[in-house]
Amino acid sequence: MAAVSPDGLRYPPAVQLLTPEGERVSHPDYSIDLSETDLRGLYRDMVLVRRIDAEATALQRQGELGLWASCLGQEAAQVGSGRALRADDYAFPTYRDHGVTWSRGISPLEMLAMYRGVTNGGWNPTEKRCALATIVIGNQALHAVGYAMGVQLDGADVATIAYFGDGATAEGDVNEAFVFAAVYNAPVVFFCQNNQWAISQPRDRQSRVPIYERAAGFGFPGVQVDGNDIVAVMAVTRAALDRARNGDGPTLIEAFTYRMSAHTTSDDPTRYRHADELEVWRLRDPIERLKVHLARQGMADRNFFDQVDREAEDLAVHVREGARAMPEPAGETMFDNVYAEPHALLDQQRAALVEFEASFADEVHT
Amino acid sequence: MTTMTMAKALNVGLRRAMESDSRVLLFGEDIGRLGGVFRITDGLQKDFGEHRVMDAPLAESGIVGTAVGLAMRGYRPVVEIQFDGFVYPAFDQIVSQVAKLHRRSEGMLAMPIVIRIPFGGGIGAVEHHSESPEAYFAHTAGLRVLSPSDPQAAYLTIQQAIACQDPVVYFEPKRRYWDKGDVDEAVDALDPSQAPDPWRARIVRRGSDVTVACYGPMVRTCLEAATASADASIEVVDLQSLSPLDIDTLAESVERTGRLVVVHEAAGSLGLGAEVAARITERCFFALEAPVLRVTGYDVPYPPSRVEEHFLPGLDRVLDAVDRAMEY
Repeated sequence: MAAVSPDGLRYPPAVQLLTPEGERVSHPDYSIDLSETDLRGLYRDMVLVRRIDAEATALQRQGELGLWASCLGQEAAQVGSGRALRADDYAFPTYRDHGVTWSRGISPLEMLAMYRGVTNGGWNPTEKRCALATIVIGNQALHAVGYAMGVQLDGADVATIAYFGDGATAEGDVNEAFVFAAVYNAPVVFFCQNNQWAISQPRDRQSRVPIYERAAGFGFPGVQVDGNDIVAVMAVTRAALDRARNGDGPTLIEAFTYRMSAHTTSDDPTRYRHADELEVWRLRDPIERLKVHLARQGMADRNFFDQVDREAEDLAVHVREGARAMPEPAGETMFDNVYAEPHALLDQQRAALVEFEASFADEVHT
Repeated sequence: MTTMTMAKALNVGLRRAMESDSRVLLFGEDIGRLGGVFRITDGLQKDFGEHRVMDAPLAESGIVGTAVGLAMRGYRPVVEIQFDGFVYPAFDQIVSQVAKLHRRSEGMLAMPIVIRIPFGGGIGAVEHHSESPEAYFAHTAGLRVLSPSDPQAAYLTIQQAIACQDPVVYFEPKRRYWDKGDVDEAVDALDPSQAPDPWRARIVRRGSDVTVACYGPMVRTCLEAATASADASIEVVDLQSLSPLDIDTLAESVERTGRLVVVHEAAGSLGLGAEVAARITERCFFALEAPVLRVTGYDVPYPPSRVEEHFLPGLDRVLDAVDRAMEY
């Protein structure tokens, strides 16, 4: 039975396959077969992603990262959809989607590099089949549609997935992406993590109707899924990806979730939201419910959970040491790859910078 | 040699590019069945099909944003923005994504996208159809900016822009679309031994007293001024590449003439002329007989069409500036 939470929104959303108490429930339209190994793997993914996220937050507090955008609370939405992708599918994430990039085989240090300030990218998008994290809100939704149009022209069996948040649904680019995807019937899945907050603005500042309902106006299906239920997220995403690959066009998925942390490490959410809201969502934690489910069903025991925790701690050490050890890029690297073809002006500027900085090399520092 | 309009030369150039590379796609509003509002893509959808000449929804950010995705998939999109004043909805995608993705990806993602924009005034149009926004794009690192001035240059540079691995914003002087000129279709635009380097300025008329630098629609105006000039011998340099600027060719000319007048339709303040003046002053300070002068549009929104002849630099304003340079 759906209950209305303090934020006025109904919970659970339309599609749920694993309750906050860890019970598997059925849904008339969505089901998925996941083995014990699959479920344990998803649990491990979420724990490791949460640990990376906590470590990155700590590194920012220590001055080792310039910024971090935490995905705390959204692990099921990100890992569940990311793991639903096939190897040759293509993902277009935002700066908060560490669970997605993890699922695409991107290492934690590659995720952190941008926040450390040693690059504006971090990984090879073509090799990982995952675009670089887009910071400008909603830009990547159009890139995903364009990529999907290219897939369609190639006649390839590939789906693309565009990630964005509730705030981005107000952006023109996201709405244009919906239009283009619809009229070209592009093989794309729009995955909106409605984490209820666009920095300080609640969801009702972005949309008067539930976000998934907007899809109907553009002419393709929308579905709302419990974004903290990794089983349901995976089932719904897999179905949407299959729809795309089968030539049935785009789907909008609204993963109903919650941003448990601040917008970024520069934000202070106590200025705009109540702590009781956080308490309500703590009871819907995505990791805890899968853990309870695994334990109750006898799919995992204490040994397994302890082993995952130890792996997470080892990973945290690796992240901490690796972040600090990242080489400082030389100043002149700013000129690298601005253009793909030769550019005399930048060559001159680079040479001038190098010469100018070298002119101080002989100075004796006392 | 064939005599044809610039519009036709662009059309033939686009056709050549599509024939030589199957990854080249044309994408824009009304470019298919209609052939574009200026007919630049006339007949191309019929010959290459709807998959290679795609009519887009009426959304400029959508067109450029999806072109980014198509480029990531390995295509070479050539997008048409219908008019200069309608490029602004796509500005975010152009400066935040198209211009930066090669840098952001450490060279792993190329953005071989051409953004064609008919630009400039002089056609009696309503508001938003006569603007010259090239400085915004020339100011943006990661973009290249070209503007052809005659049919031969259009025929060659559109092919060279499409073959370029960098994104190119390609400004077509719309009031010169119907000017005719000789085009040598036998020249292979992509063979450097046959076709001139598109990123070099072109000395289009030799002279000895004053260099007049211009581009796009103003090249014809300046050539007419040079012909009309009774007193001064005017050398006309067509910059053609607005980013990067070929200051070497221009400086070589100014070293000989000692005087420079820069002409463009766009407003003067912080326009291309300001950059050219600064760079030439740095390079040619001791060769200059007069300060670098500019003849440009005024710092106002593009005026109603019945006023535009007062706004646009014409032959008389160019010659007036030449006289002032000579009098120093």
